[in-house]
Amino acid sequence: MIPRILSRPVSHLDGPLLGLLVMLLLTSTAVVFSATGESSERLISHLSNIGVALMAMLLVSHIPPQRLMQFALPVYIVGVLLLLGVTLFGIVVNGSRRWLELGITRIQPSELMRLAAPMMLAWYFHYKQATLRGRDFIVAALLLALPVGFIAKQPDLGTSLLITASGFYVLFLGGLSWKIIAGAAVAAGSALPLVWNYLMHDYQRQRVLTLIDPASDPLGAGYHIIQATIAVGSGGVAGKGWLAGTQTHLDFLPERSTDFIFAVFSEEFGLIGNLFLLLLYAAIIWRGLWLAAGAPSLFGRLLSGAIVLTFFTYAFVNMGMVSGILPVVGVPLPLVSYGGTSMLTVMAGFGIVMGVATHKMLVKT
Amino acid sequence: MLRLINPEQEFLRYRRRLEIAGIIAAALFIGLFSRFAWLQIAQFEHYHALAENNRISLVPAPPSRGVIYDRQSMVLAHNYSAHTLEITPSKSGKLDATINRLAEIVAIEASDRKRFKKLLAESKNFESIPIRNLLTEEEAARFAVNRYRFPGVEMKARQFRQYPFGASFSHVVGYIGRIGEKDQRRLVEAGLDTNYKGSDHIGKLGLEASYETWLHGRTGIEKVETDSGGRAVRLLSRTAPVAGHNLYLHLDAKLQQVAERVFGDYRGALVALDPRNGGVLALVSKPGFDPNLFVDGIDSATWKELNDSLDRPLINRALRGIYPPGSTIKPFMGLAGLELGVRKPGDTISDPGYFALPGSSHRYRDWKKDGHGMVDLKRSITISCDTYYYGLAQQMGIERMSGFLSQFGFGKKSGVDLDGELAGLMPTPAWKQKRFKQPWWPGETVIAGIGQGYVLATPMQLAVATMAIANDGVIYKPQLIRAWRDPASGKMGYAAPQVMSRIKLTPEFLRLVKEAMIDVTLPGGTASIAGANTPYQFAGKTGTAQVVGIKQGAKYVESQVSARNRDHALFIAFAPADNPKIVVAVMVENGGHGGSTAAPVARKVIDYWLLGKLPTVLAPPGPDAVVDEVEDSGPAEETPADNPASTAASTIGTQQ
Repeated sequence: MIPRILSRPVSHLDGPLLGLLVMLLLTSTAVVFSATGESSERLISHLSNIGVALMAMLLVSHIPPQRLMQFALPVYIVGVLLLLGVTLFGIVVNGSRRWLELGITRIQPSELMRLAAPMMLAWYFHYKQATLRGRDFIVAALLLALPVGFIAKQPDLGTSLLITASGFYVLFLGGLSWKIIAGAAVAAGSALPLVWNYLMHDYQRQRVLTLIDPASDPLGAGYHIIQATIAVGSGGVAGKGWLAGTQTHLDFLPERSTDFIFAVFSEEFGLIGNLFLLLLYAAIIWRGLWLAAGAPSLFGRLLSGAIVLTFFTYAFVNMGMVSGILPVVGVPLPLVSYGGTSMLTVMAGFGIVMGVATHKMLVKT
Repeated sequence: MLRLINPEQEFLRYRRRLEIAGIIAAALFIGLFSRFAWLQIAQFEHYHALAENNRISLVPAPPSRGVIYDRQSMVLAHNYSAHTLEITPSKSGKLDATINRLAEIVAIEASDRKRFKKLLAESKNFESIPIRNLLTEEEAARFAVNRYRFPGVEMKARQFRQYPFGASFSHVVGYIGRIGEKDQRRLVEAGLDTNYKGSDHIGKLGLEASYETWLHGRTGIEKVETDSGGRAVRLLSRTAPVAGHNLYLHLDAKLQQVAERVFGDYRGALVALDPRNGGVLALVSKPGFDPNLFVDGIDSATWKELNDSLDRPLINRALRGIYPPGSTIKPFMGLAGLELGVRKPGDTISDPGYFALPGSSHRYRDWKKDGHGMVDLKRSITISCDTYYYGLAQQMGIERMSGFLSQFGFGKKSGVDLDGELAGLMPTPAWKQKRFKQPWWPGETVIAGIGQGYVLATPMQLAVATMAIANDGVIYKPQLIRAWRDPASGKMGYAAPQVMSRIKLTPEFLRLVKEAMIDVTLPGGTASIAGANTPYQFAGKTGTAQVVGIKQGAKYVESQVSARNRDHALFIAFAPADNPKIVVAVMVENGGHGGSTAAPVARKVIDYWLLGKLPTVLAPPGPDAVVDEVEDSGPAEETPADNPASTAASTIGTQQ
């Protein structure tokens, strides 16, 4: 007989998705080991991050969607207040005001917003589902714009764009009219010069410029792009072999265990490895969307769908940036980059996806 | 407008949108994959080459610089290895903060910081700049432990140049210094810049500069695998550097030190040559300076002190100090008179104590007010009669005088193997016309006859001219270098004596002048005290170079000015006169009279060289001692108005 306490924890996990995630995490472990110069210290810390993230996923998957919905509004409000706190009292690290000192520890409220924002929007649509009007989309957009505005002001372009994306996915899946999408796209396009001239910081403009011509600043902003592209390109079809990437091991790649870890992977495992990684991501996304589609509540469907699509966005933006087709924004490769916070957020997100899909709704919609 | 939602419809729309998102995602992934394929298949060769180049870099391996030895194989300049701490500003972050933190583990003095700032201003951003040299073992170990705290700071094993004799050879051996912008440009123009990749230093002065190409050696190349910081990770292949040539000099360190010592507190210069081959035995310019200060960048305070010092320690007086030769020109003038047929050996004049040009009342005075009475050529040298030479010069004329004396090297560079030598001046009317756009005045010829006026010579030139007499007309090029060793082949090369010219001189006349010069150091001569009791034949000639005016800067103290207005004492000598082994030219700045201050210096130097006798009396009287020995002192009365020579003389301090 399997004791209840042991059999219960797994009941809200999705087997196939868990398997795929574990495969990705194992891949990550191998790459992190190589990228950190075979540091056993960092390996252990990475493994413990994985352990913590898996536990978080397990715990979150147990939260019934109704309980999550109850959390949505308070978490969102706390998040916005914390962001306000950052704007007023935050400490500056590397030129950005992102952190809030809490005496014991410092927190980065924008991380919280990654889940809080789509949750809030999903809750709002669920709450309004019987009487959804065009106006509600405007309200939802404003609910999204508030935290995004704070984060963009820090400045943290990457996070604010990705939170915008996650919010947009909720709106999109919630039935945002195509006309508005098209209109917004046109408006965004025509607003670009304004954004370029008035809203973007010099370093952000520089990043875009160097993407167009990295050689213009080979030792400055273009350095990351040039070295990463060399790493990817020199990997060839079969790669240089695990632990044998010269760009990696000769210290040419900056931030190679975090934002640029894909260059390490690509250099050592080549095009074949890249294909494997893309397929693995695709499988995770496919399974995630499949679970989202099966969620019993609108809240669950919208939130799960947004989480999975955001996961895709992270992966795409990171790989696009490393291979030199997107500007450099500080986005880690989800579940592969070294770093506990990002991993925790992503795995908690998948915990929600699994939990939402496996909990029976008490109130039928 | 309120829409009633049909859950079924809503769900279908959701599914559709999810599918659309999935399709878009798949399309974007395919796009990514095409990008990867483009980079990793189509562009593979390109990036592969780039990655290889990233890994392999050619690092220059600087050669070790040649060692400089004196004739007894005493080391004058050598290298030693030590650790330096260097900062690469582009990688270190905030410099001041970094240096402050470094100061917690190694001693960093204010002078280190100053020098660092100076070097920083001169350097490019990606170069590493030394903040501290010569780390002690303990400091090196302490930094090694703390290295991780200091990105962009590296400890490097470097070769340092050291000059064990310090100031003694500052003007001969010179020094090396960091390669500056000008040096770099010169290297590029000469096509030598690749050989200096990896070298920080280059000869700046003295032999270090003039034999730079030999001393430097050939830079090797190391092919190394590097990281992006340029740090070598692994050595792949190596072309060894070839060390520079070791130089062996004619110079004798002990003789040099003896000469330096006998100068005492006086400033001045001494050149000692071996008349048999032109080898430079000693080359002193006092005061000197410590060349070790310059090797890794002198701090500006010390530099200012040296540069502004009234004693002008940075000037090599032996090669760049130009003085009127004064009476030391008389033996050469005497030879000119004889060889040109203006005088016969037995001709005598009656010296009333002055000379006057025909039709002029202006009197050119002898240093002896009442005159020397009957004077022939030999006596004119022994007692240094001015009147004799006023008349001789006037009769000879400036053109013939200039032509004859030029053969002895007056007005020409000696060709010594050091850079920066000045040529002095042997004036002609053509020169004056060109220089001042004025005709030559007869009076100018008269004073040129006693080595005053426009005539200017360096101590080196006086030594070379004296060598011509000692050698019966043969002039060798003065050479510091005697031999060298090529470290690649291990073979020694020898510098052959180079005959610069053979002056045609009548043996009889030459003998007469030599005898007169011997008499100078015998009782009755102007250097009889200095010449007393020599076991060898000591030939010489005293002289005095007038300091008519010195630039009266406002900060000069009155007492100093008067001391510095005193004449420069000169003495030329060779010994033994019958078989000369050493030629000496001495200039004692503000020394007063040649016989009393300059001649004793020469005597002691020659005593040491020929007899191995170390000087017992260390120095002639100091600058403030009363010197009242009877000596020649050039024209006593010259009105500046009709004598442009005084304008020239006014700039004679030490050097133009």
